[in-house]
Amino acid sequence: MAEKRITTPLTDSLIRSLKSGDRVLITGTIYTGRDAAHKRLTDLLKAGRQLPVDLRGQIIYYVGPAPAKPGQAIGSAGPTTSYRMDSYTPALLEYGLKGMVGKGSRNKEAREAMVKYGAVYFAAVGGAGALIAKSIKKARIVAYEDLGAEAIHEFTVEDFPCIVVNDVYGNDLYEEGVKQYQRA
Amino acid sequence: MREIQAGKIAETVARLCMEANYDLGEDVLKAFKEGLKAEESPAGQDIFKQLQENARIAAEERVPMCQDTGVAVVFLELGQDVHVVGGNLVDAINEGVRKGYGEGYLRKSMVAQPIGDRKNTGDNTPAVIHTEVVPGDKMKITIAPKGAGSENMSGVRMLAPAVGVEGVKKFVLERVKEAGSNPCPPIVIGVGIGGTMEKAALIAKRALLRPIGQHSKFPEVAALETELLEKVNKLGIGPQGLGGRVTALWVNVEVYPCHIASLPVAININCHASRHKEAVL
Repeated sequence: MAEKRITTPLTDSLIRSLKSGDRVLITGTIYTGRDAAHKRLTDLLKAGRQLPVDLRGQIIYYVGPAPAKPGQAIGSAGPTTSYRMDSYTPALLEYGLKGMVGKGSRNKEAREAMVKYGAVYFAAVGGAGALIAKSIKKARIVAYEDLGAEAIHEFTVEDFPCIVVNDVYGNDLYEEGVKQYQRA
Repeated sequence: MREIQAGKIAETVARLCMEANYDLGEDVLKAFKEGLKAEESPAGQDIFKQLQENARIAAEERVPMCQDTGVAVVFLELGQDVHVVGGNLVDAINEGVRKGYGEGYLRKSMVAQPIGDRKNTGDNTPAVIHTEVVPGDKMKITIAPKGAGSENMSGVRMLAPAVGVEGVKKFVLERVKEAGSNPCPPIVIGVGIGGTMEKAALIAKRALLRPIGQHSKFPEVAALETELLEKVNKLGIGPQGLGGRVTALWVNVEVYPCHIASLPVAININCHASRHKEAVL
């Protein structure tokens, strides 16, 4: 399996080079967001207002981290289940978001929006929060502090490990992987 | 009548909340080793290795293995000859949850109102407490922190008795297939058959407390556990849903008598972080 080192923000040519099944190490800045933050962001987009963070070309990581212990940049920080963000995804991709990191499969609308607007969906290993936190070097809250663990954090990551699930060509690693190992 | 101090209960609950989130059980670690051997998918093998490494970091550095440190689900076996003194039992448990989740740097995931503003309670209280009064003068406290990713994939169905065990198998396999990559496979599956709607759900959850590798004492139930595990692992979902042989590490089935006209069945799914710690006071 190919392993690619990529940096943020994501350019269109980089996005086109990513294929479903690629193992990827992300370095740069990524933003966190889950249920409550997605609702607020898409409400702003609907109202035609500016977002508190410029997410164009960026990656949103679906995570609600555990609090940092003294000496840690962030507590355990593995992905949350992505389908809960599906209904908000097309609007964010239309706006210019280019990548999402989570776990679990996406619905048809979210997958079609990735093809249409040129964005990718990566999976990180769900439940490996202590291990993943090692690749997060800095963390700060940049919006919606009142949401606690659900606030939008800016993470500075180095070699953050994940795998491409949905690419811009309409491939889906979950569907293909399961087909390969299914026994009637 | 034996007296147990409320403060002692709170202290024990706090410790168990932290230990359950930091220290994965020996049974799960053993299942990871066996899973790694059984898994054919390279991505799946890699995931097993990451899960082993993750468990090591969590235990050594005293950090939660997963950021979703869950709802504090408490199973209480309360001896009928126990008298709790120095405070209220439920308050003591919630005090322990508050302390454990605060001092243990665990995530607070509870909202006060399920509908409406869904404001976080800020201390992970209240716990969900299941109490059973038993003979004796001891109190057994089990803490099973339950994450939402796997809990959301659970379900209960009231089957017609005519569908029998085949109907039960069909329901379980349908739910696991539908859950797919969402509940963080490799999963542990708890199945409750019988009782009433809520009893089936409760014994399905309680089934998750039985160690991986330990079958039901009833031979026909043990055979069902084996068959379900085999069938689930033929679905091909695999670790993290990326395809593979090991979708579930284990299946535990609990049964209870039921009405002549009923066949309730519930499935409660645990992710690979199959967490629970217990203490006897």
